Amino acid sequence: MANNVAVKVDNVGMKFNLSSNKVDNLKEYFIRFIKRDIMYKEFWALKNVSFTINKGDRVAIIGYNGAGKSTILKVIAGVLKPTEGSAKTYGKIVPLLELGAGFDPQYTGAENIYLYGAILGYKKEFIDSKFDKIVKFSELGDFINVPVKNYSSGMKARLGFSIASVVEPEILILDEVLSVGDASFRKKSLRRVKKMMNQGVTVLFVSHSVAQIRKVCNKAILLDHGQLKFYGELEEGIAKYEALAKDRELAKAAKENETAKTAVDDKKGENA
Amino acid sequence: MSIPNIHVIRNFKKYKYLLSQLVIKEIKLKYRRSYLGIVWTLIEPLLTMIVLTMVFSAFLGKDGEAGGMPFPVYILAGRLLYSFFSGATKGAMKSIRVNAAMIKKVYVPKYMYPLASILSNFIIFAISLIVLFGVAAVMRVKPNLWMFAAIIPIIELLIICIGSGLLLSIMAVFFRDLEYLWGVALMLIMYTCAIFYEADRLYARGYGWLLNVNPIYGVIRNFRGCISGTGLHMPSLWYCLAFGLVSTIVGVIFFYKKQDDFILNL
Repeated sequence: MANNVAVKVDNVGMKFNLSSNKVDNLKEYFIRFIKRDIMYKEFWALKNVSFTINKGDRVAIIGYNGAGKSTILKVIAGVLKPTEGSAKTYGKIVPLLELGAGFDPQYTGAENIYLYGAILGYKKEFIDSKFDKIVKFSELGDFINVPVKNYSSGMKARLGFSIASVVEPEILILDEVLSVGDASFRKKSLRRVKKMMNQGVTVLFVSHSVAQIRKVCNKAILLDHGQLKFYGELEEGIAKYEALAKDRELAKAAKENETAKTAVDDKKGENA
Repeated sequence: MSIPNIHVIRNFKKYKYLLSQLVIKEIKLKYRRSYLGIVWTLIEPLLTMIVLTMVFSAFLGKDGEAGGMPFPVYILAGRLLYSFFSGATKGAMKSIRVNAAMIKKVYVPKYMYPLASILSNFIIFAISLIVLFGVAAVMRVKPNLWMFAAIIPIIELLIICIGSGLLLSIMAVFFRDLEYLWGVALMLIMYTCAIFYEADRLYARGYGWLLNVNPIYGVIRNFRGCISGTGLHMPSLWYCLAFGLVSTIVGVIFFYKKQDDFILNL
C-alpha cells in the first residue's frame, strides 16, 4: 500500500510575510527597527492542504490566479519549505516550471544540458547516455552549439522540455508548459507526456486550459484561496471548477450592479 | 543529530557533479570570448605586479628587498593571496542573487552556489601561483624546505574564505546593500595586509595591532615566511586557523538555519 504512493501532502500551510514595503537594505531595517515599525502582513498562500497522490495518477491542479497552485507545486518540488505540515515525495521528481528559466544564457545548448542535468541531480554518465536523445528530441540541430542567449523563447522551451522528459522522471511537474513552442512541437510534447504516462509516470499538471487537462489528467485538485476545495475524479473537479467560475461571475456581476445602482441613486439624490 | 548528518553527506554525494559543473562554468565563462582565455590568470597578476613595483619602488625609494625577498616577489605573494580572498568572498556574496532564478525552481542544496564560487576562485588562484614560481625563479629566490610548508597558510586561507563566504552570502540575501559595504571593508582589509609596504614600518609606529587582527595579513605573513625561508610565525598561524574554523562553524550554522527563509527574500 505504502509503496503505491507518489506524493503525500500532509496538512500543509504556507505563510508569507508580506511586509508592507519590502525591507532589504540595512539602513531602512535599522530605522524601522529603532522605530519598531517592521510590520508584517501575514498571508497564508496555503492552509490545511492534505492529499495523497498514487503512482501513475495524472492530477490536474486547477483554481484561480492566486489560489495557491504554483505554491503547492513548489512545496512538492522541495523548493519551498512549508510553514506547517509536510510534503513527501517518493521517486525521482523533475519540475518543469517556466521552461528554460534556469539556463545560463552564455552557455551553449550542449553545455546547458549538462548543467541542467546536474541541477536535477543526475550524474555525468547518465547525462552522457541521454545526450543524443535530448538533442534529437529538441530538434535544435546545429543550434545545440550556440549560446542559449541567441535562442528564441520557443527553442529554449523545447530544450527544457526535452531534458526534463528524456531523463525519465518518476514524478513530472508541469506548470503551464504544454502551451509553448509551435503547434507541431506542442503535439509532439503532448505525445511524449502521454507515452510517459503509459509507463506509469505520475504527473502534476497546472493549466488553465480545460481541453489540455482532459487530454492528460484523470484526477483533479481544486484550490481556492489556498484551501483544498475538491480532490477526486477529473470530470467532477472540472464541474466544480466551472461552478466556482459561475459563482464568481455572479458575485462580480451583482457587485457591479450594486455599485452602478448606488451611482444612479447618488445621481438621483443630486438632482433632487 | 546523526540522522541529518547522514542525510547531508548523502545529499552532497548526489550533487557532487553539480558542484563540479558550477565550478567549471564559472571558470569557463570568466574567460570565454577573450583571445588569451585562461592565460589571463597568469598575465593579470604579472602586470599588476609590474605596476605596483614601479609605483612603490619609486615612491618609497625601495629598490632592493622586502621581507627577505626581492620586492616584486614580496608584492606578488601578498597580492595573489589577497585577490583570492576578495574574489572568493565577493563571488560567494553574489552567488545566491545571480542564481535566484534556479533556486526558485528546482531544489538544490543551496550552499552549492557560494561553495562553487569560492572553489572556482581557488582554482584560478592555484593556477596563478605559477607566476609566483616563475618570478621567484627569475629573481633568484633561493629554494628552501619551508616552501613546502606554504601549503599550510593557503589551506588556512581557503577555510577562512569558505567561512566568511557562507556568512556573507546569506547576509547579502537579506541586506542587499551589504555587497557595497563589503567592497569598502575589502579596501580596509587590503590596506592592512601589507601588500606593497613592509609590515615592520607599521609595527615600529605602534599600529601593529591593525595587522595582527587581520587574518588575511596573518596568512600572507606566513606565506611569505615560507618563501623567504624564515619559517612560520606560530601565533599568526593559530590565530588564522581559529578564525577560519570559527567563521566556518558559525557560517554553516547560520546558513543551515536561514536557508529555508531566504527564498522568500529573493
